[in-house]
Parts: sequence; C-alpha cells; structure tokens
Amino acid sequence: MKIKVDLDACLQHGQCVIAAPEIFSFDDDGNLQWKAAPDEALRDDAEAAADACPEQAIIVE
Amino acid sequence: MTQRQLRMPALSKRSLWSETGMTSPRIAIAGASLAGVRTAEALRAALPNARIVLVGEERHAPYNRPPLSKDAIEGLASGHPSQEQILEKLLLRSKLSPGDVDLRLGRAVVSVESGQLRLADGARVSADWIIAATGLRPRHLPQKGAEERRYVLRGFDDACRLAGRLRAGSRMAVIGGGFIGCEIASTACKLGLHVTIVEPEPQPMLHALGTRVAAAMGNLHRRRGVRLLTGRRVHSFSNGNVVLDDGEALEADVIVEALGTVPNTEWLTGTGVDLSDGVLVDDRMIAAGSSNMLAVGDIARFANLRFDATCRRVEHWCVPGQTARRAAETISALSEGRSPSGGFAPMPSFWSEQHGMRLQSFGAPALADTQTVIEGDLSQVGEAPIIVEYARRGELVAVVGLGARPNSLARHHARLDKATIQTMSA
Ligand SMILES: Cc1cc2nc3c(=O)[nH]c(=O)nc-3n(C[C@H](O)[C@H](O)[C@H](O)COP(=O)(O)OP(=O)(O)OC[C@H]3O[C@@H](n4cnc5c(N)ncnc54)[C@H](O)[C@@H]3O)c2cc1C
Ligand code: SF4
Repeated sequence: MKIKVDLDACLQHGQCVIAAPEIFSFDDDGNLQWKAAPDEALRDDAEAAADACPEQAIIVE
Repeated sequence: MTQRQLRMPALSKRSLWSETGMTSPRIAIAGASLAGVRTAEALRAALPNARIVLVGEERHAPYNRPPLSKDAIEGLASGHPSQEQILEKLLLRSKLSPGDVDLRLGRAVVSVESGQLRLADGARVSADWIIAATGLRPRHLPQKGAEERRYVLRGFDDACRLAGRLRAGSRMAVIGGGFIGCEIASTACKLGLHVTIVEPEPQPMLHALGTRVAAAMGNLHRRRGVRLLTGRRVHSFSNGNVVLDDGEALEADVIVEALGTVPNTEWLTGTGVDLSDGVLVDDRMIAAGSSNMLAVGDIARFANLRFDATCRRVEHWCVPGQTARRAAETISALSEGRSPSGGFAPMPSFWSEQHGMRLQSFGAPALADTQTVIEGDLSQVGEAPIIVEYARRGELVAVVGLGARPNSLARHHARLDKATIQTMSA
C-alpha cells in the first residue's frame, strides 16, 4: 500500500492524525509526517484517514 | 485502488445479475452528495454484488460543500480560475469505478410507492433497500420583498449566484449568525464588502459553542470590521432595505439568508417513517417505522451513545462518512443473515474558518454546561492559539481549538476519546 499526500491541498486539519495515528503525525514544527508505504494491515485506517480529510489531500493506492 | 472523481454516467449492466450465488440486494440511494457517495462506496466494498442506484437532484457530479463559504466562493467572486476549474477541484474523490453504481444525476426522487422510488423523469427504481441521503436546504424568511437581492448558500449554483454580487465596497446584510452566516461574512469582509450580521441570540454561534467562546468569536468579527447586531430580528424588507425589529433600516446591496436548514424529506411522505425532524433512525441507521429504509448524513436523526440516548441531527461534515459506514454494515449483515453489531458511538468533529482563523471541534460542545480555557486566553482570539474544554456535569464532552496547533489538539482528542467512551460504559 502506498500513501500520497498532496501538500498543496493539505491545510493541516489533523483529521488524518486522529483517524490513523500509526500512519500520520505532526513533527515538532507542526509539519505533517506520514509513512509512505505502511503495512497492508493498516489499510482500513489509511482509508478512514483519506475519507476524513476535508481537503481530500490523501491518496491511498 | 485508485481514487477518481465520480462523473461518468455509469453503465450498470456489469453487476446487474449475480451469477455467483452471493447476495446481490438491490439498493437505491436518494441524494448524491457526500453521504450518498460514501454509502455507495461502503456498500460496494461490503457487498460486491449489490446493485446500487444513486439518484441526485443536482446536475453536477458529487462535490464537497465546505469550501463554498470559504475559498471556493472567494475564487468564484474573483472570476479566476474559471467556474469549471473551481467545480473540478470540489468534486469528491471517490473509490467507485465506472460501472460500480448506476448514477442518475439531475433528477429528484419524488416519492416511494410500493417499494419503488419514483423519479422526476418518470422512471421507477425497484429496491430491496432504500437509503435517504437527501440532506438539507436553506430556510428562508417568510417576509416578502427585496427578492432580487436575497441569496442563500447550500450548493454550487447558489455559490455562483452569490459570488457575482461579492464586489468590494458593496453592503452585505447576513441574516443569521450561525456557522455559514459567519463564514460568508468573513469571506465577504476579506473581499472588501461592508458586512452586517443580524443575529437574534445574544452571541453568534451560541448554541454550538456556548457563551464564552461564542462571545470571543463575536469579538473577533467586530475587530475585523463586521458590524454584529445581536438580539435583533428582521421585521420586513422595504425599498431594498432590511428593516429590523427595533426600526433600524439597513441598506444592503446583497442579503444572505443564513437562518438554518430544512430537511429534504418530502419524498418520504406516506412511507410511515418518523419525519418530525429529519429521518429518525436507530443505532443501525434503520428508519423508525420501517424495516428496509435507512437514512445517512445531515438528514439522519440518531442517538450517539457516546453522549446519551437523545436523538439529534448533526450537521457536520464527518457525519456522512460515519453514518454511511454504519448503514453499509447493517445492510451487509442483514443480507447475509447476520445481525448487525449493537451501538453507534462515533466521535463528532467539525471545523470552521473565519477571518483567517481555524476553529476545530471534537466531541459535542453543544451539550456542555461549563467551558474551561486550558491553553491561551479568549481575549486573544485570532491572535494566539486557544484550547477550550467543555464539560457536562463535570465530565469532559468536547475540546475546541481556536487557531490551535494540530499537535496539541490531537493529544487532547485522545484524552476526550477515552473519557467519553468511559462515560458510555459507566
Ligand atoms: C456552505 C457550507 C459550508 C460548510 N462548511 C462546513 C465546515 O466548515 N465544516 C463542517 O464540518 N461542515 C460544513 N458543512 C456541512 C457539510 O457540508 C454537510 O454536513 C454535508 O454536506 C452533508 O452531506 P449530506 O450528503 O448528508 O447532505 P448534502 O450535502 O446536503 O446532500 C444532499 C444531496 O441530496 C440532493 N437531494 C435533495 N433532495 C433530493 C431528492 N428528492 N432526490 C434526489 N436528490 C435529492 C441534494 O440536491 C444534495 O445534492 C458546510 C455546509 C455548507 C452548505
Ligand atoms: S486531514 Fe488532510 S488536510 Fe488535514 S492534515 Fe491530514 S492530509 Fe492534511
């Protein structure tokens, strides 16, 4: 599974961090960090994060 | 799975008949916006052989509404990018592929008769399950007058009409200081209009945010140049003026009616379901008074066991996704002869953007009886980050951030999640 985030669209709502904390987080400067190729077992979380992102910035492949 | 925008009138032939012996219920969804699309996606994933028809009254492919009061209408007002490009950006990215659903846009469902949906184009759709995802429409003031200047904001077409009137120097009267009223007021301010908000309550967004935070938000609007008239109502419209109940006449070139919403439930009349405020559903999203009708999204009135057993409609963007997944679980369980798991307790959240500041809420602040500022200072709203905790009878029910850092909000969210789940099992 691959995760892409369109950082031009991302407005740092943090909904992804809440839906899938094992994939998404903010670093100390408040920048969004994510695992680009997380384990397949996290697919449901990844899809939930993509659904929860108000800017539709997350793409799960 | 790739994500694509759902725009093509899908060919429905492919999955029409199941040859595999797997369950292939016929499912009709009325309303092709966020809730309808998310339900179709969740059903497609849970029941690959289901035959899904998705009917939407709007002619546009399903799109996202929140930007319509924020950056999208700002773009529409400036004239570039073009309307088409702005709509393109709003379209919902969907996991559905062409052929997954039979998408019928530009026609309304007018009624349900003997288990069939009747569409405005005369077509009938037979269904084993019917899902109501028809959302809300804006409420209008009953007073006549000034019709050529009165606007509402719910859909893309509304936004295009209103955007044409957003010219620097124009005078705008916003009737209603709820979220949509406050957002359009702040966008209009940014575009150089002179904006007045008329709100009957003592503060804007009072019921949603509670006295202290609502008062702070009111101050933010005033500081950014909005004239905020609270405790006042519209008496009438005369000669293009908005006449208030204290006799003041506001001159306005543009009037936005942002008075709240009315559920689109007329098509369900006569089906026996409870339509007293939206569609009353149980914890499986099945409509009270029916065995095969469900409701999802803004129109659904449900109890959230995280807080209590009272049924409420919740007009937040997160609700369509949460209720859609629940409805799909219910239908797949019942179609396969299982019983759906009990209880429905999603974590509500919403956000708003006003005067360049993001407000983010988790939980149910409207239920709280006390508010405690745990970070920052409400007098600094819009200037420095603020986090407020909301409690009901001493128990944490919500956390709201005003320009707060997402990092710290995420931490509080985890705490809130734990606290509200505990209350539930207590
Ligand atoms: C301007 C605006 C800004 C917003 N901003 C925010 C925000 O910042 N944060 C937030 O959390 N939420 C926000 N929201 C709320 C959020 O957009 C809604 O919660 C969400 O759109 C609800 O989705 P829904 O699919 O249930 O209903 P809707 O989006 O209302 O969709 C219902 C659809 O059904 C169609 N329909 C109606 N009747 C029929 C019929 N008889 N037959 C067929 N189709 C029919 C309608 O045309 C519509 O397309 C905003 C809403 C608006 C309007
Ligand atoms: S939810 Fe979307 S917009 Fe928000 S931080 Fe995550 S990717 Fe960015």
